[in-house]
Amino acid sequence: MPTSTEISLGDVGARGAAYAEELPGEHMTLNVGPSHPTTHGVLRLLLELDGDRIIKCEPVIGYLHRGDEKIAENMTYNQFVPYTDRLDYLAPLANNVAYALAVEKLAKLEIPPRCQAIRVICCELARISSHLLGLGVFGMDAGAWTIFMYCFTQREKLYSLFEELTGARFTTSYTRIGGVARDMPEGWLGRVNKFCHEVIPVVDEIDKLLTRNKIFIQRTEGVGVITKEDALAYGITGANLRASGFEADLRKDNPYCGYENYDFEVPIGTRGDCYDRYLVRIEELRQSVRIVRQAIEKMPDGPWYAEGAKKIFAPPKGKILSSMEELIQNFMIVTEGPQMPPGEVYFEAENPKGALGFYIFSKGGGVPYRLHIKGPSFVSLGILPKMLPGHLLTDTTVILGSLDFVLGECDR
Amino acid sequence: MDTIVDTLKAKFPYVAPRATGDHPAVNVPAANLLEFARQLRDDHGYSMLLDLCGVDWDKETPRFGVVYQFYHAAKKTYLMVATLATDDANPAVPSLAALYPAADWHEREAYDMLGIRFTGHPNLTRILMWEGYPYYPLRKDFPLAGIETELPAADTAAATNAKVIAAPMMGGPFNAATDDQHHMSDAEPRAADQSWTEDKPKPGQRG
Amino acid sequence: MVSNTEFAYNSKVEGEVVVSQADAVINWVRRHSVWPMPMGLACCAIELMAAGGARFDISRFGMEVMRFSPRQSDCMIVAGTVTYKMAEVVRRIYEQMAAPKWVVAMGACASTGGMYRSYAVLQGVDRIVPVDVYISGCPPRPEALLDGMMMLQEKIRKEPGASGLFRPRPNEPHVAGAK
Repeated sequence: MPTSTEISLGDVGARGAAYAEELPGEHMTLNVGPSHPTTHGVLRLLLELDGDRIIKCEPVIGYLHRGDEKIAENMTYNQFVPYTDRLDYLAPLANNVAYALAVEKLAKLEIPPRCQAIRVICCELARISSHLLGLGVFGMDAGAWTIFMYCFTQREKLYSLFEELTGARFTTSYTRIGGVARDMPEGWLGRVNKFCHEVIPVVDEIDKLLTRNKIFIQRTEGVGVITKEDALAYGITGANLRASGFEADLRKDNPYCGYENYDFEVPIGTRGDCYDRYLVRIEELRQSVRIVRQAIEKMPDGPWYAEGAKKIFAPPKGKILSSMEELIQNFMIVTEGPQMPPGEVYFEAENPKGALGFYIFSKGGGVPYRLHIKGPSFVSLGILPKMLPGHLLTDTTVILGSLDFVLGECDR
Repeated sequence: MDTIVDTLKAKFPYVAPRATGDHPAVNVPAANLLEFARQLRDDHGYSMLLDLCGVDWDKETPRFGVVYQFYHAAKKTYLMVATLATDDANPAVPSLAALYPAADWHEREAYDMLGIRFTGHPNLTRILMWEGYPYYPLRKDFPLAGIETELPAADTAAATNAKVIAAPMMGGPFNAATDDQHHMSDAEPRAADQSWTEDKPKPGQRG
Repeated sequence: MVSNTEFAYNSKVEGEVVVSQADAVINWVRRHSVWPMPMGLACCAIELMAAGGARFDISRFGMEVMRFSPRQSDCMIVAGTVTYKMAEVVRRIYEQMAAPKWVVAMGACASTGGMYRSYAVLQGVDRIVPVDVYISGCPPRPEALLDGMMMLQEKIRKEPGASGLFRPRPNEPHVAGAK
């Protein structure tokens, strides 16, 4: 007669430990990338794994190194603007503005308030665009596909706005040394305002979907912790530093481009894990919308370029085509470049990914002698060898998504 | 903010102020750099190293230098520190990677681009170009288009006969500006030796 | 007389049988389910993702299945700048794809090196893989990408599809620089 036997699994953990003694494992080397859906670009990670746990991590970058710094030594200051677009290609307007501000600092050029307000709107819209994508991709890495689609829909609206203003959906090349390429079109501010109304409910929806989502919290809380001391020692800036609990925002600490006129808050995290980075970015999105609304309200009248910067900013088109002196000025600026005084300058702007820094050394003339770009993503990736070991392999995607880096800026 | 430069000058006899456009800047000899950076971090509160870049000063001696950007995290101020590598043939500067982990990758990049060795760096290998690339691209004597060499992957090169070529400049870069030239006809694109195209490759190169 | 490459179907006349050329059917199947392998390297990858989004909807063409595994994809869309360091990876992934396979060079950087005439950038991905369609733009609008994919569909329509099943494929089309 068949009898039933009770099967007890016993203590699985203890059995596992016993097996570990009998069957010593080897560390496995796993190569993630450079062509990989979750590395957000061409990043290669050489991981040494003990089962599922990461022992050692070595990122290999340089797969998108295009020689921007060498190119800059051969291009005039205005000719280099399209290359700055392609640094952080998720927020090109912010790069354009940061570069223009750095060169204008070299020339000690005063920018009129309307131009500053336009640039602030551009920077903040770029920040909204970058954070929407960052959140979308982060959600997608953690498994939430819908967020990605919602974010892309909103970004399409932003693309339409950028296209109206600059002519291109992204890779805008909008700023020039001394001003911007053209004034805002008629009614554009009204459409930006409408976009601000439309994006807030979507951000709220993303918030509702992710912030208290048990799966998301379990995947991101306590994962990828960067302590405040580590963040400072590794030179991390931007949202990643703020999530670790350190108050640092260049728009408040060293205000540029008229940011001191706007009222906004800077979210600071507490623990420095992936969840905090996500919260900081969502709140920054809301604050960016707030800044854009204020800038629209306060938009001053006046010129949108530095008038009187004779050797730097080309005169208006009507004058070029009718008057000899303006024609010559335009010719010199286009062929020889905006004439900068000799000197060196280092300027950082608060870009969505961190602080984008430009070091420019000029010996006079229209072409820089040395232009060095400090990409915040280069610095963020530098902490991976320290942060990843100890985590599980599946945490890698979440950590990479939360660091929000882009390889264009990292490799230049 | 001249006070920080004055303080540093008073404390360290080897520090010299540097003419600069914005933030306070000092020149420090390479031999004293490590000690100077340690005291900057511990005593003066410059807890962040934001950036570090190598520069090829070309016709000056010494030829290679490194420029550092330090940040006082509490006071939110910058300090630029410049140093020069004494030897032109094998430029070397002490590495700050032990003090500031941020310097690790930046120094690898400066080595990769300019060939400046950082003594004491834990892993000084190329980071942006591939291991085995024979040149230092950011040096002033290296052309923008590059120099013909082998592809890093032998199997790809064998399958496709592709090489790392001097990029066809097609007469560019299209501006008439160089800071050394004073005569415009010397500065125009046609005066530069970069006129080869995709159809007519550079003489001496297969294309 | 009605050409056999287009089939008109009248069930009362022909019953439940459709007569056509094998090439026409095979190419019809292949071109309406091109599964791209997005070799998204730089900015063009963002426009590729936007083409997959709701506004431009690459799904209308049957191409929304962006397979990151080369074994499961038909078409490699090289979107972005290919550097010499990355060239080996692109070539290896191309070789891992199963025939029939096509390559679309999306954007200026993939077609010719774009505005990066420098020491580190491969001057056109056609130096290492044979390209079927070049799409210009920096980055090309998603509409331009869709136009390029439609051109690819047209190219596939004209291919001698069935002949490859029974004979080895002819040598790879011209790779610039190959002997």
